Amino acid sequence: MFGWEFPPHITGGLGTACFGLTKGLLKHGVDVQFVVPKAYGDESQEAVRIINASDVTVMMNDPIFRDYWSQITYMEIGSNLIPYVGPEDFQEMVKENLNTSVQEGSRVFSEKFQFSGKYGHDLMEEVARYALVGASIAANSEFDIIHAHDWLTYSAGVAAKKISGKPLVVHMHATEFDRSGENYNENVYEIERKGMAEADRVITVSNLTRNIVIDRYHIDPDKVITVHNAVEPPEKTELIDAEKHVKEKIVTFLGRITFQKGPEYFIEAAQKVLERDPNVRFVMAGTGDLMEKMIRRVAKLKISSHFHFTGFLKGENVDRMFAMSDVYVMPSVSEPFGISPLEAMRSNVPVVISKQSGVAEVLDHVMKVDFWDVDAMADAIYGLLHYKSLNDMVVTGGTEEVNNLKWESAARKVVDIYESLL
Amino acid sequence: MRSVCLYFQVHQPFRLRTYRFFDIGADHYYYDDYQNKRIARRIATNCYLPANEVLLGLINEYGSAFKVTFSISGTALEQFKKYTPEVIESFKRLAKTGNVEFLAETYSHSMAGLIDPAEFKRQVKEHDAAIKELFDYTPTAFRNTELVYSNSIAGQVLEMGYKIMLTEGAKQLLGWKSPNFVYFSASHPRLKLLLRNYQLSDDMTFRFSQQEWSEWPLTAEKFVKWLNHVDKKQELVNLFMDYETFGEHQKADAGIFGFLRAFPEQLIKTRNWVFRTASEVSGDNQPVAGIDCPHPISWADEERDLTAWLGNDLQNEAFSSLYKVSETMANCTDADLHRDWNYLQTSDHLYYMCTKWFSDGDVHQYFNPYGTPYEAFLNYMNVLSDFLIRVKEYAENQAEVPVEPLPEVATPGKKPITLKSKGTVK
Repeated sequence: MFGWEFPPHITGGLGTACFGLTKGLLKHGVDVQFVVPKAYGDESQEAVRIINASDVTVMMNDPIFRDYWSQITYMEIGSNLIPYVGPEDFQEMVKENLNTSVQEGSRVFSEKFQFSGKYGHDLMEEVARYALVGASIAANSEFDIIHAHDWLTYSAGVAAKKISGKPLVVHMHATEFDRSGENYNENVYEIERKGMAEADRVITVSNLTRNIVIDRYHIDPDKVITVHNAVEPPEKTELIDAEKHVKEKIVTFLGRITFQKGPEYFIEAAQKVLERDPNVRFVMAGTGDLMEKMIRRVAKLKISSHFHFTGFLKGENVDRMFAMSDVYVMPSVSEPFGISPLEAMRSNVPVVISKQSGVAEVLDHVMKVDFWDVDAMADAIYGLLHYKSLNDMVVTGGTEEVNNLKWESAARKVVDIYESLL
Repeated sequence: MRSVCLYFQVHQPFRLRTYRFFDIGADHYYYDDYQNKRIARRIATNCYLPANEVLLGLINEYGSAFKVTFSISGTALEQFKKYTPEVIESFKRLAKTGNVEFLAETYSHSMAGLIDPAEFKRQVKEHDAAIKELFDYTPTAFRNTELVYSNSIAGQVLEMGYKIMLTEGAKQLLGWKSPNFVYFSASHPRLKLLLRNYQLSDDMTFRFSQQEWSEWPLTAEKFVKWLNHVDKKQELVNLFMDYETFGEHQKADAGIFGFLRAFPEQLIKTRNWVFRTASEVSGDNQPVAGIDCPHPISWADEERDLTAWLGNDLQNEAFSSLYKVSETMANCTDADLHRDWNYLQTSDHLYYMCTKWFSDGDVHQYFNPYGTPYEAFLNYMNVLSDFLIRVKEYAENQAEVPVEPLPEVATPGKKPITLKSKGTVK
């Protein structure tokens, strides 16, 4: 399997999904060899989260993970690959951090593989280099199926297929259109298209994504199969001490503050709710390129006293945030799947999600609204805060629903796909 | 001679507009006029008008051998008056033939009989008056919303003076018994019961155009043959159905109107059968046994129970919240409030909140203007919140005792100061 991130070093849903899926696959007796490019250097917050080596050690010693790690081979490839960063931003970062990166990365890299390569100066070069790594692994390991997650790894997947002749499955967690809207990067699009065209099967995380793959990448519908994501059962049984220090109800947005997550719709809805009911606080947790704009918008609407920005939250703080929340909102403009509502539901928080999210396809006990319909969004939030039976039913039904979305079942479907190729 | 009792339910709800929480207290008009008009017109064209024509043709052709029974809810009548007056005219023509019986029911197709006997009675009265006014007809037989029936409802209906009631031939009532007889209420023996033969009724209403059904296509010949196969000792067959079966649920191009015309013709020609109204079959036939019904039944879904309307917490909250103001509304003279009180009681609003469709579904989906039961509940509760505020304000205004200004100098001997009160003083 070619991926790009793995818990606990995750920047988004992809790492969580890969982790859940591999765990599910292990239950079905599949041996997984997971290849992850590892970014070295201190180029950004995001990258630091990927490479914190001490955390990996903790993970290895944790009994929960020991079984897991004993069954899979985990490889790290020195690389500057960074998820959720476009080629342009990447170039900037590489320029800034070139020296340190090269030094450290080369050492790791050359120890493991006889590549003398330097880091590429742009992301495309890097992807190509990762493909060479893929080919080299394919030539030196035993395996039956190649499974590549998202576009950065597709070239590696294709190269591995060419060397080994083994079937290739590519997994679309997000398309370029989800990340960038209509201002998509043509090179990225081309890598995605080529990867899917060369693949024997394409797995999409929702029918929403499947339709994009078929309509906009013109991939043969017969080989595109939807396998909805799932959610891991809670690892901890004890409830998080969610001491709220405010008496108002809390409504939460949690995610990257970027165009595709629809943060501005959350703010507009917040304003409508606050006009009627001042006993509510809104929280926007996360960071992103639109954060400053959002802060300005909140100030302009004069709701800053009831609207809070937390910055990036991680690990336990995320759980605590969910535990404190009375309503969770995911107003995504375009969301291939969207795992965070499931995490909220697992914490018994009722959720409002946009109909433009893949996760809406698998959930009944949630409030579904169009992302642009801020009236409906405000209404759903207000209803969950004020109508008890609605809140109770959404929470009860939702918890049951989310407990039935198991990675084991999702992995079963993936195994079926593998078997159809062998 | 054996009898077929053909009974058709005609009902339209006043669907609510999208009503947001910020409309509460600001906007007191709740109805989606556009949708209501559009749907009323569509169904008039597809169903009411052509189906009425077929029935009128049969009556003209076969005279007293062909009679039918209708129930038309008050909300449906209002919509016809407003949007499709030609439907009213068409029903008037049917009424004039004398071959049509109109049933009593609640004005707004409500579930009041389950919660509020006084309101139940009031609504039935209001509906009787509407039927009298439009068709110069005084109903003598009763059918409750969605054929909901129980011992308790039987008592209320008998008390209102009706001696005949229609309900579902549900398995849990009949056990091994056949629906093809007249029965009576075990708890209130003076009330005769007509029970729907759901097998034969549903053959027409649900299965008619189902190509996977082993009996498809359903022809008049086949249906008449089935009726003839009914045990000779059994006196009547009650075919009760939603009138929208004709042209709306079963489409014209599937041949449903041809069937509606042909099967009575062929049945009458056998000379073994006649079509009788609900009151006639009850008069012609002696009741054979008492039916006990401690728990309410209906004609809906496999379960034939109330769970489509009062089966989850959303529905129960909405229902009980609404009826909290029934005492105030009983004496309310405000026309707008009265209208809203009627319209909000319509059981369709509860039906839209049914969560059974997550498993048991197509029929529920078909009738539902909302994407999910949660949306339906949210919208209804917003409307209800506004309504309840208005009722409360109304009650407070009524309770206020306007005192005539005291004369500046109260001279003894002048006429005593009177206290005026519009309504009840609390």
